[in-house]
Amino acid sequence: MSAQLAAVGYQHDWWEVLGAPFMRNALVGGTIVALVAGLIGYLVIVRASSFAAHALGHIGFPGATGAVLLGMPVTLGLLVFCVLGGLAIGVLGRRAGDREIATGTVLAFAMGLGILFASLSSRSTGVVTSVLFGNLLAISTGQLWAFAGFALAIVVVLGIVFRPLLFASLDAEVAAARAVPVRALGVVFMLLLALTVTMAVQVVGTLLLFALVVTPAATAVMWTPRPSRAVAAAVALSIGAVWAGLVLAAMFNLPVSFVVVSLAFLAWLATWVGARRTRRVGDPHLRRAHDAAHAG
Amino acid sequence: MPAEGEGAPVVRLRDAAVVRDGRTVWDDSSFELPAGSVVAVIGPNGSGKTTLLHVLLGLLPARGTVEVLGSRPTRGNRRIGYVPQNYTATTGYAVRARDLVALGLSGDRWGVRPLRAAEHDRVSRALRDVAAAPLADRRVSDLSGGQQQRVAIAQALVDDPPLLLLDEPLANLDMRGQRETVDVLAALNRERGVTMLVVAHDLNPLLSVLTGAIYLLDGHAHYAGVDAVVDAELLSHLYGTQVKVVRTAQGDLFTRTA
Repeated sequence: MSAQLAAVGYQHDWWEVLGAPFMRNALVGGTIVALVAGLIGYLVIVRASSFAAHALGHIGFPGATGAVLLGMPVTLGLLVFCVLGGLAIGVLGRRAGDREIATGTVLAFAMGLGILFASLSSRSTGVVTSVLFGNLLAISTGQLWAFAGFALAIVVVLGIVFRPLLFASLDAEVAAARAVPVRALGVVFMLLLALTVTMAVQVVGTLLLFALVVTPAATAVMWTPRPSRAVAAAVALSIGAVWAGLVLAAMFNLPVSFVVVSLAFLAWLATWVGARRTRRVGDPHLRRAHDAAHAG
Repeated sequence: MPAEGEGAPVVRLRDAAVVRDGRTVWDDSSFELPAGSVVAVIGPNGSGKTTLLHVLLGLLPARGTVEVLGSRPTRGNRRIGYVPQNYTATTGYAVRARDLVALGLSGDRWGVRPLRAAEHDRVSRALRDVAAAPLADRRVSDLSGGQQQRVAIAQALVDDPPLLLLDEPLANLDMRGQRETVDVLAALNRERGVTMLVVAHDLNPLLSVLTGAIYLLDGHAHYAGVDAVVDAELLSHLYGTQVKVVRTAQGDLFTRTA
């Protein structure tokens, strides 16, 4: 027991560890994923579809373990399952999130299927752990190229659809009257989310996905109601959590996912407590109250 | 595009009918609304009030002749402002009132071009016109129901449409919120000459601004001037309960008799 605990602690060689090639991949890959997670996360919050993000992470699990079983890349397995899951949720409509029992049952089945595939495969345990909890340090150069391609696609598509998608998310009925293709945009959003989840699962894993895709954006929206600033803040928070996560993990020999999730959680918690306190004072204008608190 | 002079009707229906899921919602409906009207759309639940607005917006097909602002209804008509029912329930915490209004201008635009200065000015002006200028930078979710309703009207208004369709704008508002909303509608009609169709359950708060009403009764849409509508016998038939019209110094009022 004590021998295991001793492994966690200050590492004198952390600077050299950060310079290792696997660290470079982790840093580049983590940055790409965090950038996209912050962008998409903002829309997840505006559309109130965090449950869809959570669901896609779970749906990806059998995709990842199934790919390992068939000797195919994990990214491919995740991609196929997440895209199909995203299409299903997108076509069923936003109400799919409300059908909690049906969705939960399907998710449990997906996880069960995932563990079956893992048990059939010879190298199961390592794969299961890294899909459930992420393994940023194992990102290969091939995966980096895939991530870069996904990210480019997401940023380009988002640049084109952002405003009509925001309109459709906030005001579906008015947007429809203004000839915005509300349903098609819903499907496009789910596809973008599926791509994001495919990448994010490999960084923080199925179970901790929320921390990278939802939590930073939720924190950013509490900071500011200005869409452009909230998007920028969400991206900055995600990237900051990943960078700090890698450095602290190297310094203290901690799991990267743990540090990333903890930092996202702490930022959210501090913001949430602060927002609640200013709310109780009775000033609904959070920013002004926040500034006043800091000035006085 | 047909001429649209002073006398041209803003909305014209002739032998119009709507069939939805194999059921006729209303049919055999003909009326014309003159420009500058403020018209209540009344009728029992399920009589097709929202359906009428959806037909005018081009969201639902109709049989017969339907003309809005001189042409057939089409989706994406920027000359119609629309405030749907339960507007307040769907809007959120993540944006300011100003952002929501701006979507009325740019929400159907693809690509990343930010708003121009002139467009920002139009957003501010629309908020001012609904007496919501001080609310521009507040989160929409922090506003009261009446304030949110006015922001919704500003969004519908920001593109300067000559016609405004409002679905139950007074529902779920307290008396103050109702009065503020009606005052805003009255000012828009007076100062900008905006024609309005207002779906309502309770005519009383609207009586001071109404010029007429479309009533959906017995499966048809009828139009009548306000004097003909505020009639105890018609209202009793419409609501399926005894209604009494009370004439007061402040105007007419109708009440349900026990």
